[in-house]
Amino acid sequence: MKQLDFSGLESSAPLYGGNNELFSDGFTDSPSFDLPVTSDFDGFQKNSIQMVKPAKGTTTLAFIFKDGVMVAADSRASMGGYISSQSVKKIIEINPYMLGTMAGGAADCQFWHRNLGIKCRLHELANKRRISVTGASKLLANILYSYRGMGLSVGTMIAGWDEKGPGLYYVDSEGGRLKGQKFSVGSGSPYAYGVLDSGYKYDMTIDEAAELARRAIYHATFRDGASGGVASVYHVGPTGWTKLSGDDVGELHYSYYPVEPAVVEHEMSEAVSASA
Amino acid sequence: MARYDRAITVFSPDGHLFQVEYALEAVRKGNAAVGVRGTDIAVLGVEKKSTAKLQDSRSVKKIVSLDEHVALACAGLKADARVLINRARIECQSHRLTLEDPVTVEYITRYIAGLQQKYTQSGGVRPFGLSTLIVGFDPHTGVPSLYQTDPSGTFSAWKANATGRNSNSMREFLEKNYKETSGQETVKLAIRALLEVVESGGKNIEIAVMTKEGGLRQLEEAEIDAIVAEIEAEKAAAEAAKKAPLKEN
Repeated sequence: MKQLDFSGLESSAPLYGGNNELFSDGFTDSPSFDLPVTSDFDGFQKNSIQMVKPAKGTTTLAFIFKDGVMVAADSRASMGGYISSQSVKKIIEINPYMLGTMAGGAADCQFWHRNLGIKCRLHELANKRRISVTGASKLLANILYSYRGMGLSVGTMIAGWDEKGPGLYYVDSEGGRLKGQKFSVGSGSPYAYGVLDSGYKYDMTIDEAAELARRAIYHATFRDGASGGVASVYHVGPTGWTKLSGDDVGELHYSYYPVEPAVVEHEMSEAVSASA
Repeated sequence: MARYDRAITVFSPDGHLFQVEYALEAVRKGNAAVGVRGTDIAVLGVEKKSTAKLQDSRSVKKIVSLDEHVALACAGLKADARVLINRARIECQSHRLTLEDPVTVEYITRYIAGLQQKYTQSGGVRPFGLSTLIVGFDPHTGVPSLYQTDPSGTFSAWKANATGRNSNSMREFLEKNYKETSGQETVKLAIRALLEVVESGGKNIEIAVMTKEGGLRQLEEAEIDAIVAEIEAEKAAAEAAKKAPLKEN
């Protein structure tokens, strides 16, 4: 029996409304895969997430105050108990007026922040105005949501200054997005929050705010094994971001807690005068 | 086997896209539409063809809003207009959702024009047979704007423009008589342009006014009649003034 020839029905012309990368919204054509059959699907899901999820060993923080946004982070990368690097750049410069912080998978954060930077620039070119921090964080959040459950690990803060003033959003790979005035992300965040919450005032000067951020990172690196290296502090103001400082936390320790000179054993007579 | 995937819009040997030009013809047969931009207001007006006695005239609104701060009037195939307007309305809301900000007039115009262009370069479809006049206020700066798109997908901003039937005479009138106006003066200018090509009277004209605070407001027939009466009175006075000095000489 001769097979019917349907080749003529297949169109070689581009479909109207067909997939065009430039206009994609990040949702409609994301990849998918088949799931195994199981009776306890929730348990399976939980276990598989735990298996893939790398612990976010880091400390990053950001807060809004009267003169803008202060962003700070450590610089240690760890693989379990092994410190793989002490000099990782965890504050990513998306564009001259927006910063992103890195917590979780380094590659995921770097790639998606770079991608966000591209999208922000395209928005500027198409609309002749800068994208708002709200818009940029939403673009990233929507993309991360479309990859939800596929093992991306991103816990980031988007900080910037737009027409409405300073803006700060927390965005993560679960697809969550929160607007706030103060955030800390990573394994060292509980320690950083302690210092941040007790020392925070909205009416700080830039120097006071930078010192608060630095101390918060330092304290987190002191107690959390997965954080360390260099405490970088950035400030985002109306004209864009500037890097304020990058101090080795070991050196910071000794500047906060200088070592008392050791008491040397003296002859009895000198000891009396020394202790007076 | 018949192939339906061949493009309908192809280049002619001398560089024309005939389907697009025919679409422009369809626009030229559509009802007259005019748009005028003022300093604090934007006005859209369309010619209302006499409705059949049994038809419910309220169901044929020719000036529609795309969002709280953007409105559209068009000339051409009304069925195509419905489809385009729905897509534009969805895009306005989608923009609000992803950017947490209302669209700018330029953005939605660019979107509509982009859509019209896509249909001139795809297989198995024909271009939209309509030109649109889009007015609105920029949500950030509060400045009013007027844009026009056409079946080829081009768009540009205008101080005042007309499309549809007799658009050339309306545009000539606007070029001669346009000046920066605000409020009621802008409405009068739009109506005067329409009256050049349309039978006088409130029942043949539909006018909508967009303000920053009030959004889009459709004028009542009685209001339009009142303004038309004012315009006619002004015209009569101008005629009389011209004749009077002549008499004295």
